[in-house]
Amino acid sequence: MLNMSDIMETITMIQDENLDIRTITMGISLLDCCDSDIDKSCEKVYNKIYNYAKDLVKTGCDIEQKYGIPIINKRVSVTPIAILVAASGGDPVKYAHTLERVANDIGVNFIGGFSALVHKGFSPGDKALIDSIPRALAETDHVCASVNIGTTKTGINMDAVKTMGKIVRETAELTADRQCIGAAKLVVFCNAPEDNPFMAGAMHGPGEPDCVINVGVSGPGVVRAAIAKAPDDYDLTQIADIIKKTAFKITRMGQLVGSEASARLGVPFGIVDLSLAPTPAIGDSVAHILEEIGLDMCGCHGTTAALAMLNDAVKKGGVMASSNVGGLSGAFIPVTEDAGMIEAARCGTLILEKLEAMTAVCSVGLDMIAIPGETPAEVISAIIADEAAIGMVNSKTTAVRVIPAIGKSEGEELEFGGLLGNGPVMKVNMTSPAKMINRGGRIPAPMHSLKN
Amino acid sequence: MRAVITVIGKDMVGILAKVSTTCSEANANVIEVTQSVLQDFFAMVMLIDIEKMTCELPELHEKLENNVKEMTIHVMHEDIFNSMHRI
Repeated sequence: MLNMSDIMETITMIQDENLDIRTITMGISLLDCCDSDIDKSCEKVYNKIYNYAKDLVKTGCDIEQKYGIPIINKRVSVTPIAILVAASGGDPVKYAHTLERVANDIGVNFIGGFSALVHKGFSPGDKALIDSIPRALAETDHVCASVNIGTTKTGINMDAVKTMGKIVRETAELTADRQCIGAAKLVVFCNAPEDNPFMAGAMHGPGEPDCVINVGVSGPGVVRAAIAKAPDDYDLTQIADIIKKTAFKITRMGQLVGSEASARLGVPFGIVDLSLAPTPAIGDSVAHILEEIGLDMCGCHGTTAALAMLNDAVKKGGVMASSNVGGLSGAFIPVTEDAGMIEAARCGTLILEKLEAMTAVCSVGLDMIAIPGETPAEVISAIIADEAAIGMVNSKTTAVRVIPAIGKSEGEELEFGGLLGNGPVMKVNMTSPAKMINRGGRIPAPMHSLKN
Repeated sequence: MRAVITVIGKDMVGILAKVSTTCSEANANVIEVTQSVLQDFFAMVMLIDIEKMTCELPELHEKLENNVKEMTIHVMHEDIFNSMHRI
């Protein structure tokens, strides 16, 4: 029998604590769309995505109404486009326009997969795609790009790191009149997961099936509220238990919605990504969870430890709730998308170096951070290299999504609006790493990659 | 198949009557009702059988919103509660 207090708990989570399903993402393989003629290839891409995903948004809305749970985003991820460019040649921006057109026609919020996997080296298709990223992101609104530049197994491709520093800058420059939004749609990964449903890093890896449904849950507000209800004398083991139980409930909902979406669309269910993804809305902040645990403000000493505990407890709770967990699964710390982080960055408690330390224990990396417009490409490359090194050595995913705020300096603000939020331009250490970055080459895979 | 209707808001005359009338018009059988009034605050949870219902859940929700004004109403399939609160 249903229990009245359970029902009211769920209703409160949805109504007052911003519980939602962050995204249903349909992954679609485009490997069978390769053609030596780029226009034919684009046409096949359009048709395949349209046929598979035409009912995605409607299905999402129907499930939303059946269960009374908001599903914020409906998205599509595709095979890294660099693979298609390798076969077809031509200007990769044509693919970006095709993706944009189909995204508009099926009504999804974002389409990810304008991507290249170059962790060990470039193929001609990869090179062409990477060089076209700034234009592709400037000329489209819904397309997201990502580049994987390192893995634990292969080491870090420092030539790619060097290139990506320039590409990030160029992407921001081309969209300088629109708050440099282009750079907010570009992620540089180490150990990129192939089944991530979250943007901007979503792609449908070459090892994935033809079509699959992945679900990303959310719920920082629910976790914060659960901790807030705990007595002050609870120790950290008890707090970790509360987080685990809450994560379990949130993930069960993701599992339910994912199974239902997969059954309705006739597509296999892939994974639930049990990430705590914040939004700029009040009460939906990961920073506020850390503050509820007992920090005066996110970014102070103790933040890394609190985040490590949070990240681990979220995974432990979520793993049992879902038959297949994947993607990034952990706590996100995107600065401009998190009300508590924005506040902490504004008053200088949260600095870039602390964020870097935090990325060693949470699920992603330096995410949605506005940096001064005058930051040289080499410094951006070095930020990417540091992050990739953390990911490579710790066998975890790390990523960099920094937005050079062209024409703005430290303390000024960027305003993206919507889920991408807003935030202050943060201080960057400008001491030059240029000589190291310009050396290029590859950082060899670490000792513990030799597991065979 | 069952669904849960919750109605929360300021107490007034006839809430339960309006909700159950709307349900009966849609041929949804009421299985259980729990309601409480604390000071002026009204909270009701109603479990209904939707097997033979003549409309879809979103439609029922819309009718309830129209018939019972100024209250927060949720209509949710019971599976969400079962999956969240039971192992």
